Amino acid sequence: MIISVASGKGGTGKTTVSTNLAYVLGAKGQLLDCDVEEPNAHLFIKPELAESRTVYATVPEVDVEKCNYCGKCAEICQFSAITLVGETVLTFPQLCHDCGGCKEVCPENAIFDGKRELGQIESGNKGVIEFHHGRLRIGEAMSPPLIKEVRTCTRDDKITIIDAPPGTSCPVITAMKDVDFVLMVTEPTPFGLHDLKLAVEAVKKLGIGRGLVINRADAGDDKVREYAKQEGLPILMEIPFDRKIAESYSRGQLMVEDSGEWQEAFLQLFERIKTN
Amino acid sequence: MRELLVISGKGGTGKTSLTAAFASLADNKILCDADVDAADLHLLMTPEIKETADFKGGSQAYIKREVCIQCGLCMEFCKFDAIGWEFVVDKLNCEGCGVCHYFCPEKAIELWEKTCGEWFVSSTRFGSMVHARLGIAEENSGKLVTLVRQEAKKIAEKKGLELIITDGPPGVGCPVIASLGGVTAVVVVTEPTVSGIHDMERVIRLAENFKVPVMVCINKYDLNPEQTESIIRTIEKKGITFLGKVPYDPAFTQAMVDGKTVLEYAPESDAGKAVVEIWNRILRSPEMNTITELILN
Repeated sequence: MIISVASGKGGTGKTTVSTNLAYVLGAKGQLLDCDVEEPNAHLFIKPELAESRTVYATVPEVDVEKCNYCGKCAEICQFSAITLVGETVLTFPQLCHDCGGCKEVCPENAIFDGKRELGQIESGNKGVIEFHHGRLRIGEAMSPPLIKEVRTCTRDDKITIIDAPPGTSCPVITAMKDVDFVLMVTEPTPFGLHDLKLAVEAVKKLGIGRGLVINRADAGDDKVREYAKQEGLPILMEIPFDRKIAESYSRGQLMVEDSGEWQEAFLQLFERIKTN
Repeated sequence: MRELLVISGKGGTGKTSLTAAFASLADNKILCDADVDAADLHLLMTPEIKETADFKGGSQAYIKREVCIQCGLCMEFCKFDAIGWEFVVDKLNCEGCGVCHYFCPEKAIELWEKTCGEWFVSSTRFGSMVHARLGIAEENSGKLVTLVRQEAKKIAEKKGLELIITDGPPGVGCPVIASLGGVTAVVVVTEPTVSGIHDMERVIRLAENFKVPVMVCINKYDLNPEQTESIIRTIEKKGITFLGKVPYDPAFTQAMVDGKTVLEYAPESDAGKAVVEIWNRILRSPEMNTITELILN
C-alpha cells in the first residue's frame, strides 16, 4: 500500500504526519521523502544515511565531426534546449526534458547522450524504519525526474509513506500519481483552506481515495471543517495547537517518541486510512 | 526600479503574511504574487480584478482517432508513458515534447497549445497587484512566474513606481529559480526549527548561485530562542544581513481570518512592531540601495 501525504500549502504539517506515521508503522513501513526541493523528514527520523547515489538526466551532446548543421534537432525541440546558430549547435542542458527527439531526428547520428546532475538519493535506516529521500541539486529546476527516481525505492512488501512536496503542479502530481491513498494535511486558516481546495481538485483528477488531517486544529476558523463535510472528505485526525508540540518540532523531535497517546492516535489514523 | 523578493525555502514560515504587511508599509510600489501554484496573497489583499488573461504554457499531443492506424510508433518514441493503450494521450504525463507528432507516419497527432492558467492585474487597497492562478495539476509554473514578474515590471515602469514586492514560492526548484533572476535583493523568512534552518540554508545557496544579495528575518523566534541565536550567528558569519525577529503571535492567524494584514489587525502588537522595524531595515539596507542599481537606471 502506498500513502502520499500532501497539502497544497507548505508548512501545514505534512512532514510531521508522515514521519510520525512511519515511526509507528515501524518495520511494516518505509518512508520516502519526495519533497526533494526541501527534504526535511530525515531531520526528524534521523536515519543513518549509509547509501547515496547521484541521479542524472540525459541531455544531448553534439559530435561536431558528424553534424551537418541541418537544424532538425532545433526544429523538433519544444523546449529551446538545442539550437543552431550559423555553424554552431548550442545546447542548453538545463532546459532539456530528456524527450530524446533530437537524437531520434538527427540524420547523421551526431547527437549522443550527455548527462545533467539532478541530485542525490540517500537511503538508510533508523532502527527498523526504512528511509529514502531525494535531494535536488541546488540550481536544478526540474524536480519531477528525481521524485520519480525516489519512488523506485517503493517495495511491495511494505506500507510506503510518501512525504509529498507542496503545491498543486507537476512535482506534487509526480508524488501522488498511482498511489493508493492521499492523506491531506491542512490547518484551519484561509490560506490552509484555499490551498487544500486546490490540492483536493488535483487528487480528484487523479481519481485517488483521500482523507484529511487537520493540524493546529484549534487555530483559525471552522471553514475547513465545513468544506470537508460538503466534499465528503473524511477527517481522520485532528492535532491541536500546542506550544509544546511546536517547540519539540523545532528541535526535531517526533510527537510519538515519548507519548503513548500519540502513538495510539497515529496507529488509529493508519487503521482509518485502511478502511476509507 | 527595485524588486524585493520574499522567499523561505520551507513553506508556512510566514512569507505571505510578512509580504502583505510590507505592502501596507511601502510607498510607490506594485505587488506581485509569484507563488502561482498555491497563491494566497490575494486572500489578504482582496484584489479587484481589472484585467484577466490566459496563460499559454506549453503544448499537449492530441491523437486524431479517425486518422490513427494504431501502428504504435508513438508509444515507442514517448519517453513519458503518455500514450495509453487506447491511443489516448494521458494529459498528466504528456510534456508536450512533440516527438510523437513529428514521427507519426500518418500525421495523426497534432500538438495543441495548452492554456495552463490565468493571470490578473488587480487593484487593492495597497496599490496594484499582478497575480496568477496555475491550472490544477499543470506544469510550467516557472514560465508563469516569469510572466507575472514581467507584467508587474511593465506596470511599474508605466506608472513610475519605484518598487516591486514579490511574494515568492516555496522550495528551490523551477518557480523559485524563475523568481530570482534579476531581483535587487531577497528576504528569506525562516523559523527557528530544524527544518526552517535546513531549508533556509538551501535557499540561500540558491540565491548566492544567482548572485542575488540575501537578507534574513526570523519569524516565530520565541518557539526556540536558542536556535534563533544559532541562526543569527550562522548568517552573520556568512556576511548576510540580519533584519530582525518576529515573535510567535496568534494575531497573524486572526488577521488572516479577517482578510487583513497583521498591521491592520494588531498594529500595536509586539509582532506588528517587529515587522515595522524589519521593513525599515530593508529600506535602509545596502542590499536594496546598491550602486549597480544607479548604474542600471
